[in-house]
Amino acid sequence: MSEYKKEGGMIRGIPHDTIESNLPILAVFVAILVAVGGIVEIVPAYHLEDSEPNVEGVRPLTPLELEGFAIFRREGCFLCHSQMIRPFRDEKERFGHFSLAIESGFDHNYAWGSKRTGPDLARLGKKYTDAWHIQHLRHPRSVVPESVMPNYFFLEETKLKTNLTKKRMEVLAMMNVPYSTDDIANWEADLKAQAGVDDGDGEDDLRARYERKTWEHDGKVIQWTDSFEPTELNVRAFDGDASDVTEMDALIAYLQQLGTHVHFEEGVDYYHDKFGQPYRE
Amino acid sequence: MSSVAEKDEYNYDIVKFCVIVGIMMGVVGTFIGTWVASELAWPFLNFDVAEVSFGRLRPVHTNTVIFGFGGFLLYGAGFYMVQHATHARVAFEKVAWTAVFTWLIAMLCIWATLPLGMTQSKEYHEPEWWIDLIMAVSWVCMTISFLGTIARRKMSHIYVGLWFFMTMLFMVTYIFVFNGLCIPVDFTFSYSAYAGIHDAMTQWWWGHNAVGFFLTAGFIGVMYYFVPKHANRPIYSYRLSVLHFWSLTFLYVWVGAHHLHYTAIPDWTLSLGAGMSIALIFPSWGGMINGMMTMSGAWDKIRTDPVMRFMVVALAFYGMSTFEGPLMGTKSVNALSHYTDWTVGHVHSGALGWNAMIAIGAMYHMITRMWNTEMWSAKLVNTHFWVHLTGAIFYITAMWGSGVLQGLMWRAFDEYGNLVYTFADSVAAMHPFYALRATGGFLVFCGFCIMLYNTLKTISAVKAGTNVTLTAEARA
Repeated sequence: MSEYKKEGGMIRGIPHDTIESNLPILAVFVAILVAVGGIVEIVPAYHLEDSEPNVEGVRPLTPLELEGFAIFRREGCFLCHSQMIRPFRDEKERFGHFSLAIESGFDHNYAWGSKRTGPDLARLGKKYTDAWHIQHLRHPRSVVPESVMPNYFFLEETKLKTNLTKKRMEVLAMMNVPYSTDDIANWEADLKAQAGVDDGDGEDDLRARYERKTWEHDGKVIQWTDSFEPTELNVRAFDGDASDVTEMDALIAYLQQLGTHVHFEEGVDYYHDKFGQPYRE
Repeated sequence: MSSVAEKDEYNYDIVKFCVIVGIMMGVVGTFIGTWVASELAWPFLNFDVAEVSFGRLRPVHTNTVIFGFGGFLLYGAGFYMVQHATHARVAFEKVAWTAVFTWLIAMLCIWATLPLGMTQSKEYHEPEWWIDLIMAVSWVCMTISFLGTIARRKMSHIYVGLWFFMTMLFMVTYIFVFNGLCIPVDFTFSYSAYAGIHDAMTQWWWGHNAVGFFLTAGFIGVMYYFVPKHANRPIYSYRLSVLHFWSLTFLYVWVGAHHLHYTAIPDWTLSLGAGMSIALIFPSWGGMINGMMTMSGAWDKIRTDPVMRFMVVALAFYGMSTFEGPLMGTKSVNALSHYTDWTVGHVHSGALGWNAMIAIGAMYHMITRMWNTEMWSAKLVNTHFWVHLTGAIFYITAMWGSGVLQGLMWRAFDEYGNLVYTFADSVAAMHPFYALRATGGFLVFCGFCIMLYNTLKTISAVKAGTNVTLTAEARA
């Protein structure tokens, strides 16, 4: 190894010779320099109000949908399906209104994905029937011959494990998800009610909890306007079988609510104007 | 300028271990990669077994090649070059061995958990929180041992390759810790500490800087030691190395935002990311030019020495993919390329072209120097080069074709203003490209098998005493 040339140890007045001969100095310079970019780009979004323009309607997932989200994550669905529609004409035609920041505001972890081997799912909710989803998940190519998706028939054969459901809600409530103590205490009744395995006994309670207009978290109250009607919950035996709750129930419950919370109105521009303010008051 | 008093006896055992495990990781990682690529071309290969379905197996591939192959190369080459460039033996050897073993344990845990669906669902950061902790222990041990060795150096200056390596050690610590922050639900599941746009931004700050520091700064450090050493030429420009070191260290951090163009992230962040992406071409090409020009006066070696050829072609790929990156980081190009296979192709022109080839070159170099031997078969090294290069080119061109085609099909409108293609049309159109891509991946896998075979034969020849020792010139 030949030694590189030194030019008096100074480069344009900077004593680089000293810097590169002194481990602590070099280390501190590097440690500071690499921190800058991340701080500038990540931290302000927590403090700028227009980062997540406030639009009514986005609620936390119900216990059943939350389990569905966990299955979505377990199977790595997000590797091929994005949940982030960009504001382009073709994406609007194909998938619907572009995604708003607030729509994934309760998503720990975010599920935007980075690749569309399959189509975007951000507004999949209510687009297809449950029967279509069941058949498609069982054997995708029986519905879409061009598909390269794996078969997920085992979902309807697998009883949903619910040993973590309560803990999941508690953990999310520790962060920014506005589950009340009441929501968490009634997780099991709500889960069964939504999957239709309780003969409809718990449906009213479930709807009262997840179609409410007041969400409180950490002393901060979000109150939706009186005229706003929250999206109705999907309550039924999603896998067509009301005898038990399967993974298929949970996953379809999750898929059928995707992108249905916000009621987009004609003529309202949900994007920022050029000064960064939302158009809508 | 050399103020070397004497050289310590180097610890080669730890390097040998890392190199051999690294090659095995290359074999396993590219095998799984070929498999998942084939699943997309021929879906029956999912075999209706959840554990090997694409969604669960793909992260096993990425983790094995990045952290298995790339990780063991960085550990091995790091311990090799820090000893050679400081003339000191590895500091805190037990700590160094701990780093290596915990990394291996983490890899085994990754193989055991990801197919079961235990994932944080953050790309390139999938292993659950407790595996993160094992990896963190390893990384801290590596950092202590590496910096400790630099502190024991026998000369005043710290070699430029080591600056880059140190930058990697620091930055990867930051991004790994902050992106990994989560609240565990139990051993199989945790929720990220961030949600929505914040999680996305933190994830791609990690995602792009895992590329920028783990796979770039670390590997540039490797390049700075092994290219001049193998070419037996001095680094072309000291000033250029200083300039591109500081600019790369500063700039790379900013560009992660370009993974999120046109999403719900605030626009100013994305514009900043795009601008910095374009600026990043200068430090990137600074490194590429410095490496390439080091070959001045030694260009004849790429005709006769396949190891040199690996390194030079790696630099060429580095130059190409760091041109492609800024291009894709601009908003208008990204509008087409995002969500398509072009991204996958870009990653692999970096991974198969730059990372794998500089790693393979460095590994062959280290094997011959550490065992003081020629490779068992020089012909097989040459074969490895051509097989690997062909595979990489198949892969990259297939993904360019499919990516651009996908992007164009999605946005095609007819004269009545209707979409021309359904999404399923675009999936069907990908099939020939996916088949070609899988073929390319298979060739790369074959290359790694050849390398493993040649290496094992070389070592057993050394043990049997039937090898050809290096010439004094090569040993120098």
